[in-house]
Amino acid sequence: MFSSLAMRTITDFSRALAAKQVSAVELATDVLAKATAAKGLNAFLHVDADLTLAEARAADKHIAAGVTSKPLLGVPIAHKDIFVTRGWRSTAGSKMLANYVSPFDATVVERLRAAGTVCVGKLNCDEFAMGSSNENSAFGPVQNPWDTGRIPGGSSGGSAAAVAAGIVPATTGTDTGGSLRQPAAMTGITAIKPTYGRVSRYGMIAFASSLDQGGPMAHTAEDCALVLDAMAGFDERDSTSLDSEKAKVSIWQGFSAQIASKPRPNGEFAGLRIGVPEEFFTEGLSADVSTRVTEAIDTFKKHGATVVDISLPRTALAIPAYYVIAPAEASSNLSRFDGIRFGHRAAHYADLNDMIATSRAEGFGREVQRRILTGTYVLSHGYYDAYYLQAQRVRRLIAQDFQTAFKSCDFIMGPVAPTTAWKIGEKSSDPVAMYLEDIFTLGVSLAGLPGMSVPCGFDHQKLPVGLQIIGNYFEEPAMLAAAHRYQQLTDWHLQIPGGGK
Amino acid sequence: MTWEIVIGIETHVQLATRSKIFSSASTAFGAPPNTQASVVDLALPGTLPVMNKQAVEFAIKFGLAVNDGQTHNIARRSIFARKNYFYPDLPKGYQISQFELPVVTGGFVDIQVGEGDTATTKRINLTRAHLEEDAGKSLHEGLETPGVSGIDLNRAGTPLLEIVSEPEMRSAAEAVAYAKALHGIVTWIGICDGNMQEGSFRCDANVSVRKPGEPLGTRCEIKNVNSFRFLERAINYEVRRQIELIEDGGKVIQQTRLYDADRDETRAMRSKEDAMDYRYFPDPDLLPLAINETQIETTRGLMLRDGVIDVPGSTRQQLIDAYDLSVYDAQLLTQSRAFATCFFAAYNSSGEQAKLCANWINGDLASQLNRDGIELADSPVNGDQLGRLVKRIADGTLSSKMAKEVFGYMWAGEHGGDADAIIEARGLKQVTDTGAIEKIIDDVLAKNEKSVAEFKSGKEKAIQALIGQVMKASQGKANPGQVNELLRKKLAE
Repeated sequence: MFSSLAMRTITDFSRALAAKQVSAVELATDVLAKATAAKGLNAFLHVDADLTLAEARAADKHIAAGVTSKPLLGVPIAHKDIFVTRGWRSTAGSKMLANYVSPFDATVVERLRAAGTVCVGKLNCDEFAMGSSNENSAFGPVQNPWDTGRIPGGSSGGSAAAVAAGIVPATTGTDTGGSLRQPAAMTGITAIKPTYGRVSRYGMIAFASSLDQGGPMAHTAEDCALVLDAMAGFDERDSTSLDSEKAKVSIWQGFSAQIASKPRPNGEFAGLRIGVPEEFFTEGLSADVSTRVTEAIDTFKKHGATVVDISLPRTALAIPAYYVIAPAEASSNLSRFDGIRFGHRAAHYADLNDMIATSRAEGFGREVQRRILTGTYVLSHGYYDAYYLQAQRVRRLIAQDFQTAFKSCDFIMGPVAPTTAWKIGEKSSDPVAMYLEDIFTLGVSLAGLPGMSVPCGFDHQKLPVGLQIIGNYFEEPAMLAAAHRYQQLTDWHLQIPGGGK
Repeated sequence: MTWEIVIGIETHVQLATRSKIFSSASTAFGAPPNTQASVVDLALPGTLPVMNKQAVEFAIKFGLAVNDGQTHNIARRSIFARKNYFYPDLPKGYQISQFELPVVTGGFVDIQVGEGDTATTKRINLTRAHLEEDAGKSLHEGLETPGVSGIDLNRAGTPLLEIVSEPEMRSAAEAVAYAKALHGIVTWIGICDGNMQEGSFRCDANVSVRKPGEPLGTRCEIKNVNSFRFLERAINYEVRRQIELIEDGGKVIQQTRLYDADRDETRAMRSKEDAMDYRYFPDPDLLPLAINETQIETTRGLMLRDGVIDVPGSTRQQLIDAYDLSVYDAQLLTQSRAFATCFFAAYNSSGEQAKLCANWINGDLASQLNRDGIELADSPVNGDQLGRLVKRIADGTLSSKMAKEVFGYMWAGEHGGDADAIIEARGLKQVTDTGAIEKIIDDVLAKNEKSVAEFKSGKEKAIQALIGQVMKASQGKANPGQVNELLRKKLAE
């Protein structure tokens, strides 16, 4: 029987399919078997072989017909359970939606299917994408394939683990304050959160509307470019989706043009200016992470890049600003879960108000309740100006700080997270300690900028470390290309848990 | 010292768009429950609102209509906000509305105060008008399972324009005049069907009383008023209640009160203390609503094309100045676009008989509509047909009495409502043949020697009896003017 064990990237999968070494159905069957074998990771929340094989059969028909317009034809992927899907349950990691099946597909799901992918199932995540460790899922934590006693990061923890464990070559995730970048860093894979508005939010179960952004997770920057290209684009069903000229430029074409081989006599990265913010290298940063990230930046430097010192003075302020704005929006976004039309409804209640209150108290987990309460508080009469409006002002200042920084550099680089993956349960009793883990990713989200996580080595416990690359709006093709060229010079992204390459 | 009544009105105008304000579901009224609710209206996870362009165009039309066509009251940038509260018929747990920056700020509505020729115009200023979505409906009665409440989300997401007036009305009559004038405007410019029974035009009145010159008194908001008549009665009741309360040494408490039409009273629904904190904040799912000059001018162009840039105010003035009608007639003819359209059609087919057409529309036609309880749009006699009837009065074919008879046949649908065909078929032509009238006069004079003698002895009134006899003998067909003239000639002989 065919085994995809040695195959990691989309390119590997596509090549095998194109060469007719394997059919999409055989590949899907193999991937489903790998998902079952890796059940202990708890990465998948719903797998349905019939649904997957139906998609694989459709892909095989297209392959037989010689269809060339589908760049991801037959490639198995899986979706974070924040994206709604027909057929598979869409739970958002919550008891509230434990049995919910959507009557429509998210735009991202629709587009990736149109590009030819075969969906293998739905992936575990923190409840309503609220968390940095995937411990807030109502369906249990996800294990990090590098050390199953540790968290894979969050909230896209299932998406990260499924790629890191080599089950599927790519997955979708969402990032509100770091939920793509941080789990990618903790599991040694590559991910990109695009410019806010690049990827349609239609069918993404909302956490914080002004911050939520979907994106791909994969082993390589090249694969991220392929998947993001298929996901992105204007969607009339999302009013915040971007329709500008810059947004229309194809990510894959931009990426391809950037990586086209041409003589670079002064080094691979000659002319590239990398800004390194002093605020990203402070006392909270673990020594291993600091060292690995500095080494990565040195690699760019060694190959021709210039490094400039920059300042993002309000880096620390991003935490309070984010933890006002995101809960405020969440408190309102989650109001629709009232047990009336869909979702969990309490079995016993006194009256209408009690039905709504009890259903919500039973259906939402602790962290979600904490954020709803926080959000409700900051929007309340008398507190709105002091918290919500003030946070919005800080948000604008943070965005300005980035623009000031981009005057002297092309990309900003630094760590994704202050530490590597921690042990399951280690921080779950201290929400503030958990919030502090997001310090390097929140500003990018508040500013709506694109940000990447690229594997750049390991700490002394052989736990992956991620390099964050932050670009200006719409710079995804250039960022992906820089990451790709870095990955041509390094092999961190090819290492797999359990040793070997 | 007397009390001064202070009234401001908030009106929810349902916009007559084809689809909902943030989804593509239909807005048609009366469909089976929950058949016109899309995934967006149901607030299913992952759904997002998308602004209905037609609703924006309607808001621009309204802005132009209440500001003499000037555009400074239309916000070039307005913001949608979320009004958060839980209720089963509010699917998202928040209503998308406009709070700090509404789409229209300012404008005015002119109302007629007083009746007849002493009527004067009063200007009521508008505070704002904003776009928002309607909620669904909770049904507590008439369901198959007793004790169960149902929710119908067909109405959820229907576009509303909430129009808020300044507290500038000083009587229930003024409040009704304002509501009618506003109703006239929104139906005139075609942004609302105006159907109050179906809830397309809903007024809430903020009522307070004070001694003249004193600061505003504490107000109560009256809700649930679905006709102009009830609006007047509800305000009058509320004013009495507040005055009695204060005069008995009590204090008015700020509260929302529901009008109960059956008992003709208002009842407290909730007071300010239980007012909810709606936690308004800008909706992050929607970009600020941007309106540019091109959109405004395009909309103005549409209104010019449809002949509705003439808002009631200016058409009213036109009727007074160019058509020589009284303020009262002009006011009645501009109560709605339908009436004005009817007048212009009648005017054209009547041979430009402005006054006669106005009399007929405001008189016989209006009272017949009232009797049959139907709208002008459904009238069996249209403006053109009525004008052709008026033409026959003007040219002497019909006496006004005969015209009323013909109108009755037109209303019944005889000969397709064609006045000339009815006149022909029923032989209702006035007799204008001098010889024929003279013959009848001779006959009458011979039979009424007493009246003739009285007239000749100087009793002028006696001629009325003789005219009556002649008209009777002609079965009402003789032209009364001619009869008068010929009779006097004969009596002078």
